[in-house]
Amino acid sequence: MGSAGVDRIVLDPTDERVPIRRVPAPRRAALRGVVGLLDIRKPRGDVFLDRLERHLQERAGVEVLRYTKPTFTRPAPIDLRREIATKCDFVIEALAD
Amino acid sequence: MQLHPGQTAPAFALCDLAGLPHPFPAAAGAAGGAAASPDAGPAAAASAETVAATAPPPALDLLVFWKHNCATCELALPLVARLDRALAAAGLRVRGVAQSAPADTTAFAARHGLSFAQLDDSACLVSADYAIEVVPTFVLADASGTVLAAFEGWVRADFDALVARAAEHLGVPTPALVAPADGVPDFRPGCGSRTFDPDVARALEERRARTVLRARRIEVGDLDDAIELFFAKGLTDGLPIVPPTEGRVMRMLAATGRHPQEVVAVVPPNLVPVTVEKVAINAVMAGCKPEYLPVVLASVEAACEERFNLHGVVATTYFPAPLIIVNGPVRNRIGMNAGHNALGQGNRANATIGRALPLVIRNVGGGRPGEIDKCTLGHPGKYTYCFAENEEANPWQPLHVERGFRVEDSTVTLFAAEAPRAVMDQASRSARSLCESLGRAIASVMHPKLHGFVDAILVLAPEHVQKCVADGWGKAEIRRAIQEVTARPLRELLPDERCAEGIPPKVLGFAGEVPAAMLDVPIPKFRSDEQLTIVVAGSDAGMFSAIIGGWVAGELGSQMVTRKIAER
Repeated sequence: MGSAGVDRIVLDPTDERVPIRRVPAPRRAALRGVVGLLDIRKPRGDVFLDRLERHLQERAGVEVLRYTKPTFTRPAPIDLRREIATKCDFVIEALAD
Repeated sequence: MQLHPGQTAPAFALCDLAGLPHPFPAAAGAAGGAAASPDAGPAAAASAETVAATAPPPALDLLVFWKHNCATCELALPLVARLDRALAAAGLRVRGVAQSAPADTTAFAARHGLSFAQLDDSACLVSADYAIEVVPTFVLADASGTVLAAFEGWVRADFDALVARAAEHLGVPTPALVAPADGVPDFRPGCGSRTFDPDVARALEERRARTVLRARRIEVGDLDDAIELFFAKGLTDGLPIVPPTEGRVMRMLAATGRHPQEVVAVVPPNLVPVTVEKVAINAVMAGCKPEYLPVVLASVEAACEERFNLHGVVATTYFPAPLIIVNGPVRNRIGMNAGHNALGQGNRANATIGRALPLVIRNVGGGRPGEIDKCTLGHPGKYTYCFAENEEANPWQPLHVERGFRVEDSTVTLFAAEAPRAVMDQASRSARSLCESLGRAIASVMHPKLHGFVDAILVLAPEHVQKCVADGWGKAEIRRAIQEVTARPLRELLPDERCAEGIPPKVLGFAGEVPAAMLDVPIPKFRSDEQLTIVVAGSDAGMFSAIIGGWVAGELGSQMVTRKIAER
């Protein structure tokens, strides 16, 4: 730029937070336990999850719990996330359309 | 100059041109040794004798702020030297606070035979502390630093009074310093203090910045380009930014009375508290002038309100960008455009205010395209999307008044908006006919079969407004007509073989088929009046208006938010 020395210092426009490194939960070798199915409220997400629930029960014989977000336009409420994490060994989220 | 008699002058220490330190105020009797000066005049010596028997002589400081290239300083400083010679022995310590470079100060002092010490304030730090506006400035203070007399420029009466006050304080007769033959004028205005020279002012600002600004400093290498650095670090929207230097950010912050570390809002999607300082940094990058900052701050606050659902607006695969509509006196005060090309380019305030908000969302909130921002297509308004309402061409209530604010308030209104689309109607001669055109066009927002799902803004240009006014129509009549025009029997809006998109019966509360009796019920485009906002913008000529569609309406999606702009 060739500008004056004072222009050589600029300010950080970001939040300056250091990202937290999160490790995914350990993967299970076999499909056993409780599977949570989360419908985010997009059209026909329920159609997909109904089919998935049937398959899981018939073929894998696992217990299935169904959850629904209040609206797809917002993040899942923290209580819902906690409940799924507490009660389920697996979770499948149906995105949409 | 802020100082008046009775106030305490700021303490400082400066070196003279020989490098010797001079503290101010000096402890009484400690410096100068004036009472013992061998060349003290007989009057002063006699006076000193009477006092010296019991206590050290009363100390008195005279500071004269000056610079070499000032005609008034040329006039005044030799007279100050006479004062020094007359009262130094009695205890007056005269010191010049020289704003010029040391070489210029030395040359000036030699040329005028200045007998008193010159302190080097070429960095103007002390001048800035004293808020010196004009040179010369005279400050007479006692040993505690309390101001006894002060004035700026050359005012003969003030100088005489200052000399008399000094002599009185020292307990000596007032010396006669100026003779009629000297031709000294009664008054001559001073020159501007060097603290206002652009390079000095900037250096002072940078220095202040070091104590005020908390953001991490990024050093740009001598061979690097700050603009390229911001691209490389992913901190821009794809256009070059203005590098946020300390000086620029300090000037930006000066436009608000708010504390730089005050938290303005918590910014989605990462839910990060953003300070006034961080908003100012991004506003600088966007190209804002300082006077736009209050508008940007209000925009950030509005966008981060729960009702606006910024997380969803950023994360959705749909189109929305935060549109800012500005109302009230601030529009004209900062030179916003509400007329020709109001939704287009060419106006700095519109362009950069609209750009600053997405930069805050990106850099502070973490809403970057391809990451949390999953928008499928987007639109150009995601760079910048801001205009002012043309209240002068609006015969009805302006938007902010309709939304509960006073006409003299300045506000921002935020809307999760798709790109504007054009509606042409050059033929209508009645409001009803015009609304037929507007209604048919607006029916296609989001999807022609999706009624009740979306809200929209109708931006009426002045010629279309006049068509409505001529028939005595207001916003209520326009809304009613548009609802009538857009209304379709429900059967046309349901998903069917010809078009699978449409209102799902489940949304209407029917588990299976919609009952036959319901199929011919007319459904207008908008669920309520609130879903259709009407504003006025654009130039006098042109029978065109614009429609700006929204995103998911109501509590499930994003709701329009209006916020008052806090101006000083």
